[in-house]
Amino acid sequence: MAKILVVTSGKGGVGKTTTSAAIGTGLALRGHKTVIVDFDVGLRNLDLIMGCERRVVYDFVNVVNGEATLTQALIKDKRLENLYVLAASQTRDKDALTKEGVEKIINELRQTFEYVVCDSPAGIEKGAHLAMYFADEAIVVTNPEVSSVRDSDRMLGLLASKSRRAELNEDPIKEHLLLTRYNPERVQKGEMLGVEDVEEILAIRLLGVIPESQAVLKASNQGVPVILDDQSDAGQAYSDAVDRLLGKEVAHRFLDVKKQGFMQRLFGGRE
Amino acid sequence: MSQADLLNQDPVFQLKGSMLAITVLELAHNDLERLEQQLAEKVAQAPNFFSNIPLVLALDKLPAAEGILDLGELMALCRRHGLRTLAIRANREEDIAAALALDIPVLPPSGAREKLVEPVEIAAKRKAEKPPEPVVKPTKVITSPVRGGMQVYAQGGDLIVLAPVSAGAELLADGNIHVYAPMRGRALAGVKGDTKARIFCQQMGAEMLSIAGQYKVSEDLRRDPLWGDAVQVTLSGDVLNITRL
Repeated sequence: MAKILVVTSGKGGVGKTTTSAAIGTGLALRGHKTVIVDFDVGLRNLDLIMGCERRVVYDFVNVVNGEATLTQALIKDKRLENLYVLAASQTRDKDALTKEGVEKIINELRQTFEYVVCDSPAGIEKGAHLAMYFADEAIVVTNPEVSSVRDSDRMLGLLASKSRRAELNEDPIKEHLLLTRYNPERVQKGEMLGVEDVEEILAIRLLGVIPESQAVLKASNQGVPVILDDQSDAGQAYSDAVDRLLGKEVAHRFLDVKKQGFMQRLFGGRE
Repeated sequence: MSQADLLNQDPVFQLKGSMLAITVLELAHNDLERLEQQLAEKVAQAPNFFSNIPLVLALDKLPAAEGILDLGELMALCRRHGLRTLAIRANREEDIAAALALDIPVLPPSGAREKLVEPVEIAAKRKAEKPPEPVVKPTKVITSPVRGGMQVYAQGGDLIVLAPVSAGAELLADGNIHVYAPMRGRALAGVKGDTKARIFCQQMGAEMLSIAGQYKVSEDLRRDPLWGDAVQVTLSGDVLNITRL
């Protein structure tokens, strides 16, 4: 049975697309046939992060409108056998999506894929609503910052009340908290909310903490999902998060300030 | 300007709009004899109700085939039974002409629904009706988190929340509010004005607490030494009291 996973946040710029790319790639790395769907119609980004922007021919809206088949629109990843991307349309806007159109595509994807990762646009309007409406599980991406936490809280409320599962009175969407751009030094200085603070406010299960990392920007610009950079702290943190998503018990890392070595302290070296 | 001039500027009147409940007598047939008879029976049932009651005569439902109505005679008939005609409602030209001749205002035909009035003697009604049985209002119980932007209203009763209430969420109840988890949102108890309503919080970090319209916002609540503790909130006079549970 396929699982529909939505990556959402409410607030923009917190790392939804980076997370969608990393989690989707991580699932494919572990042998699950996965598709990542870009719901951000009009502000197409996922193809860039996945490094397949030059191979986009047909997009989500073309399939909704019946101008292309799903097979034509799915872009196969060059690195991984069982990873696909469905790009958003850049020339249209969110009104091009309808509940019926999205449902048809999701149902079709259910037939062939184990995981459908929906990359939600920011906001709580139509695009974001349709991205989460059919979800079985949700990854709520949050930055350790008050406005992001408040928006995530609002989003959790919508997941609990405005989704298909809520409307049909089925089991609620399983919610996971992913804290991104986490900087233990700044938490220690009291400039940033700590993991415990965010967990306490949102009161949902913590899927992972992704440290603020140079590797993320580098990976985005190169079009390589950061999870493939297994040397980087962010890549490893995403890897752990995917394992937890699949039900493994993995201890949380990168929560504490790194202890600097003697030489590092002397020369003030940076990674 | 003299004192007298200043006084002249003082307005002598004010125009005000008002909605009044008025009885409408809707005539179905142009048959004054039967009307007189039936009206007399009706008045006999509730003489007080009909003494000097203002009335609008509705002639707009009168079938056109039943000929010209003697408006003067109809008004005299009503007057004999205590009904005082203020205006008529009509759409037939001859009725409107008759009303204007009698210097009676004419209202346009009504499109709105009107409810039937059953004249009842108030004293008689009191005797017949037993005092209503006290009804137990059901308590609303919420077990899942109340997130920002959500609103929960327990109409006519109490509200119990067994999960965290986020900042930006709003709890409303006509009765008491209980929150057995961190409370960071707004709680308004006794929204219909019940000053006896109370708020109970296991961990009070509210944005706003209000009982019967008297409120305290987070800025004041934060200064309270009981911020973050288990408290109950009561209203005495117009002061919200926060006490430890």
